[in-house]
Amino acid sequence: MIRSGTKGRILDIIFANGTRICALLVFLIIVAIMVSLLAGAWPALKKFGPSFIISSQWNPVTEQFGALVAIYGTVVTSIIAMLIGVPVSFGIAIFITELCPVWLKQPIATAIELLAAIPSIIYGMWGLFVFAPFFGDHIEPWISDTLGRLPVIGPLFSGPPLGIGVLTAGIILGIMVIPFMASVFRDLFEVVPSVLKESAYGIGATTWEVIKKIVLPYTKVGVVGAIMLGLGRALGETMAVTFVIGNADRLETSLLMPGNTISSSLANQFTEAVGEIYTSSLIALGLILFLLTFMVLALAKYLLIRLTLKEGVRT
Amino acid sequence: MKTTAYIFLMAMVAAICSMETGGSYAGEVKAISGAGATFPYPIYAKWASAYYKLTGIKLNYQSIGSGGGIKQIKAKTVDFGASDAPLKPEDLDKWGLFQFPMIMGGVVPVVNIPGVKAGQLKISNKTLVDIYLGKIRKWNDPKIASENPGLSLPGINITVVHRADGSGTTWIFTNFLSKVSQEWKEKVGNAKAVAWPTGIGGKGNEGVASYVKRIRGSLGYVEYAYALQNRLTYIKLKNRAGAYVAPNMDTFQAAAANADWKGAKGFYVVLTDQPGKDSWPITGASFILLQRVQDKPEVAKAVLSFFDWCYRNGKEMAKKLDYVPMPEMVVNLVEEAWKTEIKDKNGNPVWP
Repeated sequence: MIRSGTKGRILDIIFANGTRICALLVFLIIVAIMVSLLAGAWPALKKFGPSFIISSQWNPVTEQFGALVAIYGTVVTSIIAMLIGVPVSFGIAIFITELCPVWLKQPIATAIELLAAIPSIIYGMWGLFVFAPFFGDHIEPWISDTLGRLPVIGPLFSGPPLGIGVLTAGIILGIMVIPFMASVFRDLFEVVPSVLKESAYGIGATTWEVIKKIVLPYTKVGVVGAIMLGLGRALGETMAVTFVIGNADRLETSLLMPGNTISSSLANQFTEAVGEIYTSSLIALGLILFLLTFMVLALAKYLLIRLTLKEGVRT
Repeated sequence: MKTTAYIFLMAMVAAICSMETGGSYAGEVKAISGAGATFPYPIYAKWASAYYKLTGIKLNYQSIGSGGGIKQIKAKTVDFGASDAPLKPEDLDKWGLFQFPMIMGGVVPVVNIPGVKAGQLKISNKTLVDIYLGKIRKWNDPKIASENPGLSLPGINITVVHRADGSGTTWIFTNFLSKVSQEWKEKVGNAKAVAWPTGIGGKGNEGVASYVKRIRGSLGYVEYAYALQNRLTYIKLKNRAGAYVAPNMDTFQAAAANADWKGAKGFYVVLTDQPGKDSWPITGASFILLQRVQDKPEVAKAVLSFFDWCYRNGKEMAKKLDYVPMPEMVVNLVEEAWKTEIKDKNGNPVWP
């Protein structure tokens, strides 16, 4: 039914303003979170100053708090997750869109979506009960015997094979971000017009050349976005990491040793944190995670701008 | 369409209104609420369901952690709070609260050493502290071996396991370590979460239990119930009287019976390192917190009646869940204190 006259106009105005309020709500929520985080973190920030970020002490008894261990753990587990997640997701997406026989496409796509639907606590339990024992008994001894003996990177890979630690957490995170990135990559690669790809194949390009020269340039904005989406998830993931990282507030060189992340510190300690400085330091950790995620997003935007600029130069 | 939505809305409003009046009907108390410690939650829930069947009074207990329980009773949003660690008498005075011990449990060191069975390994206080300080790093260390003649200990690394989350269990355990070692007291201290010198952290009792189960050479500490239910290898500890004791109901109750409850202001008694040759050195009680001046005396009376019933009739239920009931002597002391400590606005006692 088509409405006309004043009634239609009024409805239009209501509709437009309704959507506007919804959009403004996002800003409002972000600002509100930011303000409450800042207010909550203020006592700790005032007490410790900039040393909060560079101190590796986390001592609830003497109320000396520093975020370095948690920041380091968060960043390192996320980097490991990306090192594993990005290439594998890429492989999955390329296989599905370019090389996979048609009858296999749907089953693989469904499997990926199912993986994405698994709650993170399940990954955590699986990591703790299945992956960590296997990793500790079979893979870690091998890692510390081979990689651990190498000159420069050796210290990163030596230590007792506990099966629990920063590396395990990074690998679990990697597995967790794969379904997200793979399904977005796949959707992206699928919208590349066939005519472009076919012309490239037509002039004798290999599959890899088509991916590199046609598919990637066409989808780069989305690809960067998907990687950031995965990175965002890795930075903020809580339960799965808590189960396998070992939750030790010490800075260790070895990736095989236990560590901590910002979100698992929060999950573990918030309920029983007493005293203003303790609670406030935990909120300050939350603020740092917020800023870290923000910086990642900003960096992504900057990368995209750089990419588009270069394009302009080339043509 | 509009009318149906309207009728639905009215029905909702009516339902909500009727719930409101049903809940807060003055005079007769139908429900009491509490919040706090997670450790006693299973037994409080069990008692509550038995009590509900008997009297129709419902207990709504949120196990949000001791810290949250203290906050909520201070703000009077619940009728009672619960904390695994006792509050200091000066804090009780400051906040106008009263506390009493309700139920006990023990913290049990558990190990995973190939060839060592439950109760075989004996460890003194000093050795336990040195392991948790990271000074003793191998199981065949002479200090451990000298306490365990005849037990063959492998030369594998000791992996220390502790709680990652803030918890009353950690509070009791570190309290024990601080009492027996000056070095621990100065370097690490006693709190619900501490800066552990070594080791890995598991989330919750179940997290520690699963780490100990899977890591060869590990040593952790869990609630007694978890050690039993997961069939973990507990060890014997040397108590203050110099005897090696195994963790069980009798040694926990011995610790409680030997503690000086009478002389303790505000029932501030920590059951670690108690005298007596049968006392388990890492025993702890979980406490209930009440407002000293009650705005609603009838609710306070209902709360106290519930806990009185638990003291008198809940012992078997507690034992079934591997909790340790308070000894009779302590119960009598607590109920005496109710008479004088908890009053309504006009200063009249609420109990009995």
